[in-house]
Amino acid sequence: MASRDDIKFLNNPTIGRKRKKYCRFKKYGIKYIDYKDSEFLLQFINEQGKLLPRRITGNSLKYQKLVAVAVKRARHLAILPYVADLLK
Amino acid sequence: MNQYEVTFIIDPVLSGDEIKTTGSTYESLLKDNGCNIVHVHDMGLRQLAYPINKKSSGIYYCIEFSTTAGEVISKVELALRRDERIMRFLTVKLDKYGVKYNEDRRSGKIVAYKKKDKKKPNDAATTVEKKEKVVEEVMVKAPSKVEEE
Repeated sequence: MASRDDIKFLNNPTIGRKRKKYCRFKKYGIKYIDYKDSEFLLQFINEQGKLLPRRITGNSLKYQKLVAVAVKRARHLAILPYVADLLK
Repeated sequence: MNQYEVTFIIDPVLSGDEIKTTGSTYESLLKDNGCNIVHVHDMGLRQLAYPINKKSSGIYYCIEFSTTAGEVISKVELALRRDERIMRFLTVKLDKYGVKYNEDRRSGKIVAYKKKDKKKPNDAATTVEKKEKVVEEVMVKAPSKVEEE
């Protein structure tokens, strides 16, 4: 049993490892965030309609700021709510 | 020459013709003030995320225009503010990426984002399960190792 070459680890070493976060705007080359696209902006807010932090979305600082501006514009135009319950 | 975009919400109580005339009045107002209208996007009746003036829906209108004189904007905004048919408005200056985005959107290169069917929550659930399994395995294996020694 112990001499088998194909078994190197007892456990799969990739299982417990966290996937690395990345900035989707940098990765896919998105330069402009549309404030009228509510479906897209929903990814960056939580169930209460609050902005998600960078540590969760993985956005770079530059694009997190742009996301924040877009969400605030959308809120003004009633595309997104200021406060909500069970948004998703 | 700067490019701008003005989005406003028209009162849904108005009749279809009145809505169209309100949209076109602002179009002509911009034209009279020497603006070059790039595109007019009528987004139609939409549900509002929260009630405005006790109304839960509104007609969204978006006019994209370019001009060299920025003073036009204050004029248009004043007119919008005084107009009772307008519930909300927002004027935005578009940067070069914004201009390109709108062009691509019109030509159909960029499609509106659509949510994938619950792929992410499932993924998260499976990873959690896997983690639990790993913990269990470790728990089981640890005492057996001790025995072997």
